[in-house]
Amino acid sequence: MILWMILKVALKSLMANKLRSILAMLGIIIGVGAVIAMLAIGAGTQASVMGRISAMGTNLLVVRPGQRGTGGVMSGTQQNMTLDDATALLTQVRGIRAIAPVVSGNGQLKYFGKNARATVMGTSITYMPIRAFEIERGEMFTEQDVERMARVAVIGPVTAENLFGASDPIGQTMKVNGINFRVVGLIKSKGDQGYFNPDDQLIVPYTTAMKQLFGLDYLREIDIQAKEDADLTQLQADALAVLRKRHRLQPGTPDDVNIRNQADLLETANEVSKKFTVLLGAIAGISLLVGGIGIMNIMLVTVTERTREIGIRKAIGAKDRDILNQFLIEALVMSALGGLLGVGMGVGSAEILGRFTDFATIVKPYSIFLALGFSAAVGIFFGYYPATRAAKLDPIECLRYE
Amino acid sequence: MIDAKHLVKEYHLGGQTVRALNNVSVKIDAGELVAIRGPSGSGKSTLMAILGCLDYPDAGEYWLAGEDVAGLSKNRLAEIRNQRIGFVFQTFHLLPRMSALENVELPLHYAARHDARERALKALDIVGLSDRTHHEPNQLSGGQRQRVAIARAIVTDPAIILADEPTGALDSRTGEEILALFKTLNDQGRTIIVVTHDPAVARHCRREIYLMDGRVAEPESGRMGEWEMMQ
Repeated sequence: MILWMILKVALKSLMANKLRSILAMLGIIIGVGAVIAMLAIGAGTQASVMGRISAMGTNLLVVRPGQRGTGGVMSGTQQNMTLDDATALLTQVRGIRAIAPVVSGNGQLKYFGKNARATVMGTSITYMPIRAFEIERGEMFTEQDVERMARVAVIGPVTAENLFGASDPIGQTMKVNGINFRVVGLIKSKGDQGYFNPDDQLIVPYTTAMKQLFGLDYLREIDIQAKEDADLTQLQADALAVLRKRHRLQPGTPDDVNIRNQADLLETANEVSKKFTVLLGAIAGISLLVGGIGIMNIMLVTVTERTREIGIRKAIGAKDRDILNQFLIEALVMSALGGLLGVGMGVGSAEILGRFTDFATIVKPYSIFLALGFSAAVGIFFGYYPATRAAKLDPIECLRYE
Repeated sequence: MIDAKHLVKEYHLGGQTVRALNNVSVKIDAGELVAIRGPSGSGKSTLMAILGCLDYPDAGEYWLAGEDVAGLSKNRLAEIRNQRIGFVFQTFHLLPRMSALENVELPLHYAARHDARERALKALDIVGLSDRTHHEPNQLSGGQRQRVAIARAIVTDPAIILADEPTGALDSRTGEEILALFKTLNDQGRTIIVVTHDPAVARHCRREIYLMDGRVAEPESGRMGEWEMMQ
C-alpha cells in the first residue's frame, strides 16, 4: 500500500480524536521539551565556564606559595617566593614563553574629591599577554618604567569609571595610598568573573609596588605562559623541581608552593559537564519511557476500537503486514509529532530561560536530532506490540465484532 | 468456478463440539447468480466465510478458479480475497472518514495498482454513484452506502462476489434496487453468491442452495419460508 495513503489515514485518525491524541503525546512532548531545555542549559553553562577559563589566558600556569601549617591546620600563606625564583624559572625550565612576577595589595585611590578602592597588582609588562589583557586606550607602562620604579599605572574600566567618571583618565595624576601615580593606559573590559572582577584593578610596575607602595620582599604569585607545543605536565614538574631545589627542600618533605595549570581546570569543567550530560540522559530516558507507555496505551485502545475496520481491511485483501505497518506508522506519526511539538517547547523554554533568568542556554542542533530520533524510536518500540496484536486478529471475529 | 467438496467445520464452545458444516459440497459455475439460504444456525455464515477465504475448513477440498485454496498460507489467502473475491456485507462495512472514492480504491491499494483512481471511478459509475465520489459514508443513505460497497467489491474484477444479507439493513424498496443491481451485474457476466435467510431475496436469484443443520437440503421453499418470516 502506498505510504502516503497510510500517513493520511494515520493523520485522519489522530485528528478525529484530537484531545486524546494530544494527551497521549503529552509524555513525549514534555520529555523531549525537558531534554532539549536541559541540554541547552548544560551547553550554555559549559560554554560560559570555558569562556571564563580561557579569559584567564592561554597556556597559563600559576605558581603560588603553599599553605603554612602543620597537621592539617592552615595558618596562612607562606612567604617564600622571590624575584630570583621567577628569574630562575625563566632561565632553567624549558618550554616557558614568558613569566610575570605578581604582588598585590589594596589601594585607596584619590582623584580630586573622589575616592575609590581597588586591587593593585604589581607586575611586569609580560603580565598583559599572559593574562590576556589588552589596552583599550593609552599604552602599557614600559620595561624602563619597571627599572626606574616609575609611578605609572594602567587601570581597569570599572576603576576608571569609579574614579574619573566620564572624563578621560589617560595622563591624569591620582593618588594611590597617598603617592602620586600617572595613568598611562586603560584596560579593555573582560567582564565580571564572579569571584573576582578583572575590570576593577590597577596594574603598576612590580618594583614600584614592592618598594614604594607595600614594602614587600616576597611575591604573591608567579604567572607562567608555556610555549604552544610545551608539555604542561612536564613543565609543571620541572618548575616544581627548580623551586624545591632553590628552597632547599629535602626529598620527602611536602612542597612549599603549588602550581595550578589551566588544563586541570578545563578537565574539571569537562568532567562536571560530562556527568551533567549523563544525568540529563537518564532523565531523558525515563521521560521518554513514560511517554512511550502513554502511546502504547492509546494504541491498544485504538486497535480495540477499530477491530471492525481491521476486519474489513483484511476481508478486502490486507495482509497481516499491511495492518502491522498501518498501526506502526500511526504510533510513529504520533510520537514524531509529539517529538516536534516537544522540540518547539524545548527551544522556546530555553529561549525564555536564557532571556529572563541567569541561565546561559545554547540549543545545539545535535540535541534536536537526538530528541527527535529518540522519540521516533520510542514510537516504533512501543507501537510494535499493539500493531502486532492488530495484525494477528482473526478477520471473521473482527467482522462480527460489535 | 467454485467446487467445494465434503467441507467440514467444527467449533468448540465451552467443551461442546458444534459441527457447523457437515459434509457440504457446493458447485457454482462462472456467470451464475446463486442464493445460499438457510435459517440462522444452518451454517450459511460458516460456509460463506470458507467460500470467501476468510476461514479454513477442518476437512474437505475447496477449488476456486482452478486452485485448491484449502491449504494456502494466510498471506496467499489475503491475495486471493483481494483479487478473486468481492465482499458485500449486511451493514456495508465502509471505512469511516474516507470518501466513497477512497473506499472503493482501497482494495487496489492493497494490490499496489497504480490505476486505482481510474478504476474506482469506473466502478462507482457502474453502480450509479458518479456524483457522490467525494462524500463520506455518513453523508450517504443506506442504499447509496451499499452501492459504494458493491463498487468496492467489483473494482478488482473478482471471480466471485459474495454478498452476505445485502438487503438486511435496507427498506424493502431500496433492497429491491440493490437486488436489481446484482441482476444487472450478473447479466454482465459476473458470478454472484447471495447469502440470505430471506426466501424473497433468494427468489431473485437463478438458483438456490438450501442449508439446514450444516447440510445441503432440499428447499421446502414455501412453508419453510413463511415459518421463518413469522419468527
